[in-house]
Amino acid sequence: MLSVRDLTAGYGAVTALDGVSFDAAEGEITAVLGANGAGKSTLLRTISGLVRPSRGSVTLAGLDLGTVPVEGMAAVGLAHVPEGRGVITELTVEENLRLGALGRGGRVGAADLERAYSLFPILAQRYRASAHVLSGGERQMLVIARALLARPRVLLLDEPSLGLAPRIVVQIFELVQTLVRADGLTVVLVEQNARSALSIANRGVVLNLGRVVVSDEAAALAGNERLRHAYLGF
Amino acid sequence: MATETSTETSAGQERPAHRRRRGGRLGAFLFATPLRRHLVLAVLAMVAVSVALESTDAFRNGQLAAMAYFGIAAGGLTVLVGLNGQISLGHGAFMAIGAYTAALMLRGENPLPLAVVLVAAAAVALAAGALVGVAAARLHGPYLAGATLALAVAVPGIPLHFSGVLGGEQGLTVRVPAVPDWFADAVFFVTGQDPGRSRYLGYVGWFCLVVTFVLLANLARGRVGRTWRAVRDNEVAAELAGIDLGRARVLAFVVSATCAGLAGGLLALSARIAAPSGFTLSLSLLLLSAIVLGGLGSLPGALVGAALLTFLPQLATTLGQDLGLSDVRAAELAPLAYGLVTMLVVLFAPSGIAGWVRRRRTSPSSSPVPSGRHET
Amino acid sequence: MQQLFTTLLTGLTLGMVYAAFALALVLIWRATRIVNFAQAPMAMLTTYVALVLIEAGYSYWLGFAAALLSGLVLGALVERFVIRYVDPRSEINPVILTLGLFIVLHALAALVFGARYRSFPAPFGLRGFQVGDTTIALTGFGIFTILSVLAVVVLLVLLFRYTDVGLKMRASAFNQEVARLLGVRVGRMLTLGWALAAVVGSLSGLLIAGGGLVHPSFMDGVVVYGFVAAVLGGLDSPVGAVAGGLILGLSLSLVSGYVGSQLVSLAALAILMAVLLVRPGGLFARVRERRV
Ligand SMILES: Nc1ncnc2c1ncn2[C@@H]1O[C@H](COP(=O)(O)OP(=O)(O)O)[C@@H](O)[C@H]1O
Ligand SMILES: [Mg+2]
Repeated sequence: MLSVRDLTAGYGAVTALDGVSFDAAEGEITAVLGANGAGKSTLLRTISGLVRPSRGSVTLAGLDLGTVPVEGMAAVGLAHVPEGRGVITELTVEENLRLGALGRGGRVGAADLERAYSLFPILAQRYRASAHVLSGGERQMLVIARALLARPRVLLLDEPSLGLAPRIVVQIFELVQTLVRADGLTVVLVEQNARSALSIANRGVVLNLGRVVVSDEAAALAGNERLRHAYLGF
Repeated sequence: MATETSTETSAGQERPAHRRRRGGRLGAFLFATPLRRHLVLAVLAMVAVSVALESTDAFRNGQLAAMAYFGIAAGGLTVLVGLNGQISLGHGAFMAIGAYTAALMLRGENPLPLAVVLVAAAAVALAAGALVGVAAARLHGPYLAGATLALAVAVPGIPLHFSGVLGGEQGLTVRVPAVPDWFADAVFFVTGQDPGRSRYLGYVGWFCLVVTFVLLANLARGRVGRTWRAVRDNEVAAELAGIDLGRARVLAFVVSATCAGLAGGLLALSARIAAPSGFTLSLSLLLLSAIVLGGLGSLPGALVGAALLTFLPQLATTLGQDLGLSDVRAAELAPLAYGLVTMLVVLFAPSGIAGWVRRRRTSPSSSPVPSGRHET
Repeated sequence: MQQLFTTLLTGLTLGMVYAAFALALVLIWRATRIVNFAQAPMAMLTTYVALVLIEAGYSYWLGFAAALLSGLVLGALVERFVIRYVDPRSEINPVILTLGLFIVLHALAALVFGARYRSFPAPFGLRGFQVGDTTIALTGFGIFTILSVLAVVVLLVLLFRYTDVGLKMRASAFNQEVARLLGVRVGRMLTLGWALAAVVGSLSGLLIAGGGLVHPSFMDGVVVYGFVAAVLGGLDSPVGAVAGGLILGLSLSLVSGYVGSQLVSLAALAILMAVLLVRPGGLFARVRERRV
């Protein structure tokens, strides 16, 4: 579904990504793992066009994303939930959700909101509230719900577990798994919490200093003790 | 004048003077330290100015005097904006303060010597600058700009209100003191001509400019200048290095305002009047554009800007008249040119400005693509 | 008593005009973190558009509409072709840029329209209403001023609260990156924001000019008052801008009536400094302190 080839990018003199290649298969969860500063966020930012690559390509179902501006990503079916969540706290919960659907060019229908609220009942209770008052877990739910309203084919999630209580993390990961099973969504899940991520992922890609160290079945990665110690921290 | 301040970000990159100058032992001696180099250049500049003043008529003398006071004001402003990263849209107000001070002091039957008057003009502006600077030290970017803009608009209202003392709309006429005998004798001895008042004021203005620039250049070169640049480049780092941010900013503001006050005093002498209409918002804005054109933080640049402010209007007006415009309209061509070039410099020569003034503190941690640009 | 009443009414009318101008500054500040000092000459220029049409014999209202429309176009052009290219990370460059534009527009107006004072008509009476045998300071044009600014505020609220475009504009203002990822064409929203702001600015120009004199500098003071009003309100808040405008209008009117009209701008400076030093977040700031 999503195919990354030889992707190289950086910030000025800093090279943050160096020849990264991997595939995210349709209807699967691909975990991207690695220590802080490994280049995981940069990878997602380059895929969605926020960072322009100096080399390499990204294709989504055969479409070269290099020609698509950031603003056009939602329309071609790519949703990116950035690190630190990206809730617009100055807007209400409902406005955040409406924005998700607007982006793909459509109007938000009652059915869309209905579905978002059924997936995340907590949001239904607070839809008029300012997003500012939501808890961390609720914010994460809001941004995932918002991303889904654009009806993406590929969802890029950047550290959804960051700063959340373990109980909430489980809840959110289960939800991601449900979405993949129900809708055939393709997910690229960036995580430092490798153990949890591998428990729901089909495959995993391990980054270190901007390069792919290994990419394999999730179970194989989780079973490789040396790798776990060296790069995954569990 | 080549009393240049560093154009590099760090003071450590300045070229040692002696490497650029070859020549004999005298040369080596004269150019050994920045101060000596500045003094030598100052003397050379004074000689060049004398030649220029003696070889031109009273009208050109007047223009040169104008260039001198614009140069002093611009020099002070460029230190503030370029070296310390503060902005002032209110320097016209400090010039007004200097001008009115000079005008008031020259009123009586036996006015004090001119030097005292000019020092007083600078001193009053210094006091005002300290007052404003203390408040301004806490403000940044657009807030500082807005506050100083308000100052520029507010100050000309004061003489209108206190019209009894300050002459109201008409302003105060300024009596230029007679040319001192020793000066007239000295000039006569060299040139065989009596200097007129315009020429005298030209000498006074340029003498003040040279002194001001030597002082500014030495300040910029020294510890104070390094402090200013450190504050400009990164406030947090400067504070960690033990710099008192408030003090550094207030000092820069005070120095800058003092220059403007001196310039205002000279302006009052040259124009022979101090009136509110001489200190409109446009004056402050043109000063700012002058230093942007010349390159922020550079004293020679300030002088180039001052030359443009002085001589471009006439050229542009003549050009406009040739194109068939009335003189009133043709006079607008010069500010049009300043404004346009100012915008172009800010947009397309950011290395000249942005590199120095950019605060790394505010640079976003996010994308290297400037967030102001988007595909539409 | 009579004088106080008169002073307050004048202040109210004036305050509404400052509110409109402050609103224009706030709209742009929210969207691009730039204080548009060139708002004053932009409004001056569009007022001249109206004046030229009216002097050519067209109706006041046609001139009025043309001024607002040219404001829309001018604002969009300025954002798209000038502001878009400034380094947003610098504190000083945008300020210098808008001031450069200030000088250019000023010179351009004087070049094209001449620098002399020209009188600008008002569509409604400029004499106070007669109640019994006293004249109150509220004029027909004053009422028009108050109502038109209120109408603009209501329209803006409706736009931002209830339309998709308004939502996209707000999202772009608050978080450009997230808005872009959600497919919002942020660049267009910024252009639109500048265009709308310039329309509001143009309105304030027309209101200041009505029944008065127009020349290239006639808005210069207003940029200061508008800025002070916007800062009073917190610079980020449209409602604050209106409140700030009213407070400033009333205060300045009192200064003008009881102290001296030439000291009005000095009073504005004093108010500005007091607010910046004591309540940098504006009079209505809740908790968050703001770096000024
Ligand atoms: N905006 C930026 N400017 C400069 N360097 C950056 C920026 N963002 C990230 N980097 C650098 O790029 C590298 C990769 O960072 P990132 O992609 O955020 O890693 P991760 O998400 O895996 O923690 C790091 O060395 C980081 O310091
Ligand atoms: Mg990261």
